[in-house]
Amino acid sequence: MTAYEPVIGLEVHAQMRSRTKLFCGCPTDYGAPPNTHTCPVCLALPGALPVPNAKAIELAVQAGLALECDVASHSVFARKNYFYPDLPKGYQISQFELPLNGKGHLDIEVDGETKRIGITRIHVEEDAAKNIHGSGASAVTLVDFNRGGTPLVEIVSDPDLRSAEEAEAYLRKLRDILMFIGVNDGNLEEGSFRCDANVSIRPVGQEEFGTRAELKNINSFRFVKKAIEHEIARQEGVLQNGGTVVQETRTWSEGQGKTISMRSKEEAHDYRYFPDPDLPPVAVSEERIEALRAALPELPAAKRERWQRELGVTDYDAGVLSGHPEIAKYFEQATRLFVEQSGKKGKDAGKKVANFVQAEVLRHVTTDGLAASFPVAPGAIAELLGAVEEGTINGKIAKKVFAVMVETGSAPNVIIEEQGLAQVTDTGAIEEEIRRILDASPSQVAQYKDGKTNVIGYFVGQVMKATKGAANPKAVNEILLRLLDEQ
Amino acid sequence: MTELPWRSAFEIREEVVTGGTSAVDVTRAYLARAETLNPTLSCFLSIDHEGALAAAAQVDRARDAGEELGPLAGVPIALKDNLCTRGLRTTCASQILGDYVPPYDAHVVEALRASGAVILGKTNLDEFAMGSSNENSSFANVHNPWALDRAPGGSSGGSACATAAGLAPLALGSDTGGSVRQPAAFCGITAIKPTYGRVSRYGLVAFASSLDQIGPMARSVREASQLLQVIAGHDRRDATSADRDAGEYVAACDHGVQGLRVGVVRDLLDGLQDADVGTGVEVALSALEKQGATLVDVSLPHAKHAVSVYYLIATAEASSNLARFDGIRYGLRVPGEDLADTYTQTRAQGFGPEVRRRIMLGTYALSAGYYDAFYLKAQRVRTLIRRDYDTAFESCDVVCTPTTPTPAFALGEKTGNPLDMYLADIFTLPPSLAGLPAISTPCGLSASGLPIGIQLVAPPFEEELLCSAGQVVEDECGLLESRPAGLG
Repeated sequence: MTAYEPVIGLEVHAQMRSRTKLFCGCPTDYGAPPNTHTCPVCLALPGALPVPNAKAIELAVQAGLALECDVASHSVFARKNYFYPDLPKGYQISQFELPLNGKGHLDIEVDGETKRIGITRIHVEEDAAKNIHGSGASAVTLVDFNRGGTPLVEIVSDPDLRSAEEAEAYLRKLRDILMFIGVNDGNLEEGSFRCDANVSIRPVGQEEFGTRAELKNINSFRFVKKAIEHEIARQEGVLQNGGTVVQETRTWSEGQGKTISMRSKEEAHDYRYFPDPDLPPVAVSEERIEALRAALPELPAAKRERWQRELGVTDYDAGVLSGHPEIAKYFEQATRLFVEQSGKKGKDAGKKVANFVQAEVLRHVTTDGLAASFPVAPGAIAELLGAVEEGTINGKIAKKVFAVMVETGSAPNVIIEEQGLAQVTDTGAIEEEIRRILDASPSQVAQYKDGKTNVIGYFVGQVMKATKGAANPKAVNEILLRLLDEQ
Repeated sequence: MTELPWRSAFEIREEVVTGGTSAVDVTRAYLARAETLNPTLSCFLSIDHEGALAAAAQVDRARDAGEELGPLAGVPIALKDNLCTRGLRTTCASQILGDYVPPYDAHVVEALRASGAVILGKTNLDEFAMGSSNENSSFANVHNPWALDRAPGGSSGGSACATAAGLAPLALGSDTGGSVRQPAAFCGITAIKPTYGRVSRYGLVAFASSLDQIGPMARSVREASQLLQVIAGHDRRDATSADRDAGEYVAACDHGVQGLRVGVVRDLLDGLQDADVGTGVEVALSALEKQGATLVDVSLPHAKHAVSVYYLIATAEASSNLARFDGIRYGLRVPGEDLADTYTQTRAQGFGPEVRRRIMLGTYALSAGYYDAFYLKAQRVRTLIRRDYDTAFESCDVVCTPTTPTPAFALGEKTGNPLDMYLADIFTLPPSLAGLPAISTPCGLSASGLPIGIQLVAPPFEEELLCSAGQVVEDECGLLESRPAGLG
């Protein structure tokens, strides 16, 4: 049986976080009552004209810069002509021959391997409106033009991806980057980040590409993987049964768990692209490009690398904490405050904060697009870890205190004080307690003397129990060993 | 004092400002004249009694309150029916927009209202401004007031006719390939096609976006200049609007032509079939020379391709611009079996034959496999035509040709042969393709008593030269004292 290799290219449509639409001043907020965010321009009333949104174009330039693209100082809006009720002008304003961003790339990691995926182009275009189909015999279709005209970037990858896993990794990475630079809110559910995939297969070792199918509307990371895997399997089945793959557009049906043909190449549109005569070419000066490059925030991959290098954060923690811009910001703020308060070196401090935030805080964090809500302020985490650092409490107690912080919103030092959680560092008191326990446990002491040193755990447990966990573990260990040896 | 229908915009404003008459009285008189003559001329598609009288009353109130009045206070104006007017039907003379009422004013309409002008109504045109005789209106044929069996020209035939016949002292038209200049020449009035970008297109229903410009029409050069003054200037709502201040057009009418170098395109003149037009142009040139201009020969070697280039570019843009008329959101909807059928039925019934022809032509020119050979090539030749003018302007200040190859042709004469009709635009198309400002102003009458127009073309944003030279032609050989014979 022939072994096949999949070849995948992705087209991502990401809504840009501009307050207003691409060619008019209507707001882009999601969820307003139908057709309330409209005007003569985005309803395509006779005589209305588009005026480009400078902010949206800058966001698109930043997307290009973040993906190492060649930004064009001169690009052109073109009309893509086709009829559909969600397209009021009868054409979509997009870019065709001269896109804003040319070739770039994105590095992804799959199974510990880094792989560079080429970006073919990133162009600017307007989103379509939304058709809302009724059901039943007398069903009507209504059109909500609120979304129509929302600025999008279309990010086209080279056909460099070789598996569904790579496709998913690419998409996740791409989404993270767009969120970090504030271009997109990464909200797949609300449709602000959408993906089409071009999938073909070829016998392993063959240079030339197979015939591709375009998969539409695969709008969750889960679907992307399933849809691509299914499509690869489908094409393999076709070829192994002696058939040929036809060029067509297919859509993923989550209900049926398979891809379904929408239209063949013969039915494909001739979009009759031509430069939009209503819009002069987009000019972005070298100075502007450099200013936008300088204004780009640090990207997640750079943060990960820096945190490991400067803050001693583990690769795993760095990966988790750089998964959302607000979480990254939270971690960095908590670390900065912790360093300030404790006077510790960044390397120790960062590792401790990362560990605590990743293990404890994140369970209580919810994200919604670019927004995130945290249970406590980063300063409170710095204070809490500061208390551990000073030996006021130990790590175990810190988790208890944190639970109370989440519940009550009180400051860590207040909780430690009120609940008497400060650890006993008074060596006299600890020594007294240990003597009492050793006196009461002659058989365990004997075991220790016989060389069964793991019985130490028993003594430590007894001390912690007696002190309600407040004894400083380091002091307990030292004193315990000394007294045992004296016995 | 001149009798009312022939009074100038300046005279009317002066009387209104000084209280010699009221804006309401002026408006009533014009509305009455329109009611009487429109059944014969069909130049208006809508007459807005209520709106016009309300606007006039507001001017009178402002005057009574001692407020400063605008440059067109109380002056009636007619607007081509492809300019959006809030609350007033805007049809483009098409069945597909037969009952369409815009919710907003075009930029020029806003400017007019602010200037105190009184909008009388909306004028007839070739459907979506596609035509050279006004016979493509889906409502009625406009008649030339100089000879009722003649075409008024197009596509702004209604505006030209209304102005020539004294139904309004001023009118606005739109010009894509000659649509204000050619009807102005046919009807014996003046029209200016401004530099592309000089006047905002916001609210002008698009025909061919890279060519469309709104232009003033009036019986005199000075009035046309005044109207241009009111509508010119930057508008952020049109991305192709030039970010530069308007010139001093009315003042330029007094500058004369001393030392002006007038380029004469001899090879185009020599090809003229019509002796009357040739004579008219020679008369105008002599007049300019007499007033101090010098004549120089220039050539526009690529101008002969203008008709082919224009009918590829304009139709390509139109095929896309008119896609929005789909029966979904406004205008005519003819319900079909399914979505595709609804589109087909709506557009087949909503658009007239010339509009359908141009949509087909333009769709073809943009189609995969034909784009390079047609649309792209046409764009390249367009650049060559623009360069012809650049070269010509190295040796002259304005370029002169007739506006049209013949005086007004008869209604019905060319409707059977679209190509013949297209060739009527041979002189007006090159400056449109080059984006240059041009004026058409009368320079005499033919042997059969039909007006002849001369066209002057200037470099970008040099409209003032056109006002100066046009004024000289008008003073020397214009038709200001003549009255259209067709009105009896």
